[in-house]
Amino acid sequence: MRLYVSEGNPQCLKVLAAFELSGAQCEVEAVSHEECIVPFLGHSKLPALLLDNGNFLFSSNVICRYLLTSGGDETSTAVGQWLEWETLDLQPVALHALRLAVLQDKKSEALESLRPSLSYIERSLQKTGKTFLTSDELSAADVVLWGTLYPLLSEPMLLTAVDFKALTAWFQRVGSFPACKKASDGTFKGHGLQSLKSYLQRQPTNSTQATRATTDDPTVDDGDERLLTDEEIQAAVQAWSKGLTACPKRRQIVHPILPQQDERNILITSALPYVNNVPHLGNIIGCVLSADVFARFCRLRNWNTLFVCGTDEYGTATETKAMEEGLTPQEICDKYNAIHTQIYHWFGISFDYFGRTTTAKQTEISQDIFWRLLKRGFLLEDTVEQLHCQRCAKFLADRFVEGVCPFCSYPEARGDQCDKCGKLINAVELKNPQCKVCRDTPAVRTSKHLFLDLPKLEGRLEEWLETTLEKGNWTPNARFITRSWIRDGLKPRCITRDLKWGTPVPLEEFAEKVFYVWFDAPIGYLSITANYTDQWEKWWKNPDKVQLYNFMAKDNVPFHSVVFPCSLLGAEDNYTLVNHLIATEYLNYEDGKFSKSRGVGVFGDMAKDTGIPADIWRFYLLFIRPEGQDSAFCWSDLLLKNNSELLNNLGNFVNRAAMFVSKFFEGRVPTMELNQEDQRLLALTTWELRQYLQLLEKVRIRDALKCILNISRHGNQYIQVNEPWKRLKGSDADRSRAATVTGVAVNMACLLSVMLQPYMPTVSATIQEQLQAPPLCNMLTEEFVCILPAGHKIGTISPLFQKLEVEQVEALRQRFGGQKPDKAVEKQEATTTTTTTIDDVQELAKAVAQQGDKVRQLKALGTEKAVVNSEVARLLELKKALQVAQGKTPVQKEKKK
Amino acid sequence: MAEAALKELASLEKYLGLKKTNKYSTKGERKVPVLQTKDGQDIVGLVTIACHLVKAAKQEQLLGRTREESAVVQQWLEYRIVQLGAPGAKEESRSTLRDLNEYLEDKVYFGGDFLSLADILMYYGLHSCMVDLTVQDREKFVNVSRWFSHIQQLPNVQQHLPRVHIMKNRIYTNVH
Repeated sequence: MRLYVSEGNPQCLKVLAAFELSGAQCEVEAVSHEECIVPFLGHSKLPALLLDNGNFLFSSNVICRYLLTSGGDETSTAVGQWLEWETLDLQPVALHALRLAVLQDKKSEALESLRPSLSYIERSLQKTGKTFLTSDELSAADVVLWGTLYPLLSEPMLLTAVDFKALTAWFQRVGSFPACKKASDGTFKGHGLQSLKSYLQRQPTNSTQATRATTDDPTVDDGDERLLTDEEIQAAVQAWSKGLTACPKRRQIVHPILPQQDERNILITSALPYVNNVPHLGNIIGCVLSADVFARFCRLRNWNTLFVCGTDEYGTATETKAMEEGLTPQEICDKYNAIHTQIYHWFGISFDYFGRTTTAKQTEISQDIFWRLLKRGFLLEDTVEQLHCQRCAKFLADRFVEGVCPFCSYPEARGDQCDKCGKLINAVELKNPQCKVCRDTPAVRTSKHLFLDLPKLEGRLEEWLETTLEKGNWTPNARFITRSWIRDGLKPRCITRDLKWGTPVPLEEFAEKVFYVWFDAPIGYLSITANYTDQWEKWWKNPDKVQLYNFMAKDNVPFHSVVFPCSLLGAEDNYTLVNHLIATEYLNYEDGKFSKSRGVGVFGDMAKDTGIPADIWRFYLLFIRPEGQDSAFCWSDLLLKNNSELLNNLGNFVNRAAMFVSKFFEGRVPTMELNQEDQRLLALTTWELRQYLQLLEKVRIRDALKCILNISRHGNQYIQVNEPWKRLKGSDADRSRAATVTGVAVNMACLLSVMLQPYMPTVSATIQEQLQAPPLCNMLTEEFVCILPAGHKIGTISPLFQKLEVEQVEALRQRFGGQKPDKAVEKQEATTTTTTTIDDVQELAKAVAQQGDKVRQLKALGTEKAVVNSEVARLLELKKALQVAQGKTPVQKEKKK
Repeated sequence: MAEAALKELASLEKYLGLKKTNKYSTKGERKVPVLQTKDGQDIVGLVTIACHLVKAAKQEQLLGRTREESAVVQQWLEYRIVQLGAPGAKEESRSTLRDLNEYLEDKVYFGGDFLSLADILMYYGLHSCMVDLTVQDREKFVNVSRWFSHIQQLPNVQQHLPRVHIMKNRIYTNVH
């Protein structure tokens, strides 16, 4: 990308600010006002952005929107509407005003011409009550409007002359982003409006546009305030006055946690992470973190909750990893289990028990289920053709075979599943199979195996699914994947493998074989619980009293919704089957995927080294949780969310509320006398609280987080409108009002600390410590009660969040951005393992092919020569890198000799 | 202007196959189109409403399939309302056509190789201008004409507008 700007061009200000905010990698070139950069336009149009695909964007608003939009597009209508208004209404008026102010020195007249537009913005801000124009987050709309207004409103005299409070606050809020400061300093260089003179003199005057100011618009109404009935308000006031005493006592957690008669017993599992990999952020949000939020929520609801997880340790991958590292499989498992444990501990995952699958209980329970299935005739015996690699002298596990998908012809299908079409594959069905380790073509050999007779169990499965899907809370993707599996028809599935590292099959003729991980691994949930308590069957053989929640990423759905339930149904031992299946979509990293081998993305063990606290990670990951659709982790967005949502919204409110108590009322919560406004606020907060409870009960984790931010937004607005710091200096009535506002606000802050606990446990604890909140308050009921009564003494107050700086985040982005292709070659030279070499050569070969396609495409489209040439240069570079990478392998061999 | 915008939106609705007829009004001096949605939220502005309709019709591909593509689509949508919706647009139409002709030289659609909302709104916006062009001018802006002819032949695009005849064989072969 390349951004063209001209000096003293007011349109460039917003674009530069957007560029700084986005952290986009892009060269910025300053050109003269007349330079024609966009090839197809007959006149100069600046700023302009040359995209990587050779296209030009030549309007400042579109450039800003492009730079600041990443993935999630929920607010795009609102943003688009502001941008359209800005383009057609504000821009002409602002240009006219600028001309008046700069060229004719008629500043007050300039301001008057702008007033209707400013008033429109003011009313919109007041109406929505949001921190920024479209939401509580900074968007392209804010940057664009700010950029247009900045030259006029930044003049000290002008801003004070207009009496628009919300607008002024908003304007300063946007301007305080370092990116905006940097852009404005760079544009004006301390010369103020005069730096725009030469630009404005060149602009043609267009009087018709200038007079087309926005008129006061009667269609703007206040209709979107939530309608609260008097009953709701009265109920909220009553609940509030009862205080904490009316609340039930919080359950004491005594291990082992066991299901109780007449209670809501909730069993939560998170998909077992495979032991030989360090989990990345996507793995963390996909299962353990989501499950953790829900578990913490259930505990706050006073439900009897058990949350278990552990590492999945059996299988070929472990064996191979052990060979690589020169350890035994058990040693590998011990090593990585410890790494996993540490990572989850750092992220504050509140497992009641974190176990593993390589235990005696696993063998015991797996074999028991196996015997039961065998005795009931649900297992079949058959010889299978299997791929055997002669060079490696072993049967190839599925993940060590790669080839062309028989269904969709995807060239890199794995031996068990195609990543493209998602269909399960029998490794021998792959076209052109290759051993992933040595690249030899494996031969087909026969071996005797056991199969789970899924077709025989299909009837029971469907019967169970029908009621479960109806009553249970399954995410849409889980329902969809399950249905399509059943629709395609079930086939017998092999449950044994020619391997050593696994649960042994307890039959003599299968002495050399173990259970296949997909059969074995889900049993891990049971065996891990059994390692936690001998009374594990109270959880796992108690379907009437226990509600089971499974958390996972969507690729794991079929094993939890079809295959494992079949094993348990066939075993006929009254097992607890999944009631609620919560599956996330995928989380991408910036524009691509996480990749361990390329070093792209943040992995669990590195998050700590960034210096960003675990709770901030939790907050951001949950904020972008891939609920309903894929989402992406993006550094600049992390910065934005931290600085706008946490620092400016939540942190600001909690800190101010507590600060007022501390500074103005000697640290004691003042007496509150609620008037109508306060009562409304109580009802509004109660409404948001109930919304939050409902959403979390449906495991809509991301949506529920918004309710927290809404409450703090209401709180900020409440303080802003009532200005307790001013009223303190006023009459007795004013002082009493200040006291009430402070008291209500600090109680809202306390409620927020409780609601925040599932998401940010450390921050929650910090707030409660600062407020000296009673531990009893850590419970969620349907009511917002006065937790901190008048006279309650609070502790020492300090800021909760730290601002993230652009430079800091940019440095992190670069650090985790992976290796550039030419660097990949260097890295290769440093490594000795053959697998990475193969990977990198492939990676490069792929890049060469892609780049080649791109060049051909560009040429075919008749793109500008300069663009084509630069792409050709890149292609040559890549080809060179590939040659070096390929040529290196023989060199290494010679050395070994 | 206002009426044209509302007609345009009605045609777009039909093109998208949206069944429920939305309620529209206009506001302000400029008669900006307003769409009243069911939940009481107003959506204001031609492009904003058009994008909203595309999403409502679940035809998001018309807004671009990638970030880059959607930026290019937005670019031309903005160009449409700035250059072809403004009062002085008539006088500037020749320079606009010149620019568009240049741009479309190596492109099938405004987005490049895919049909987008930009093509549809550009088509509506350029229609009156194309009607007024002489045959010679239609040949002069050959790329715009080629594109225009292509778009008006797509199913359901034309709607309220009469067809503009574009000749395939050139008459003024010596003119460039």
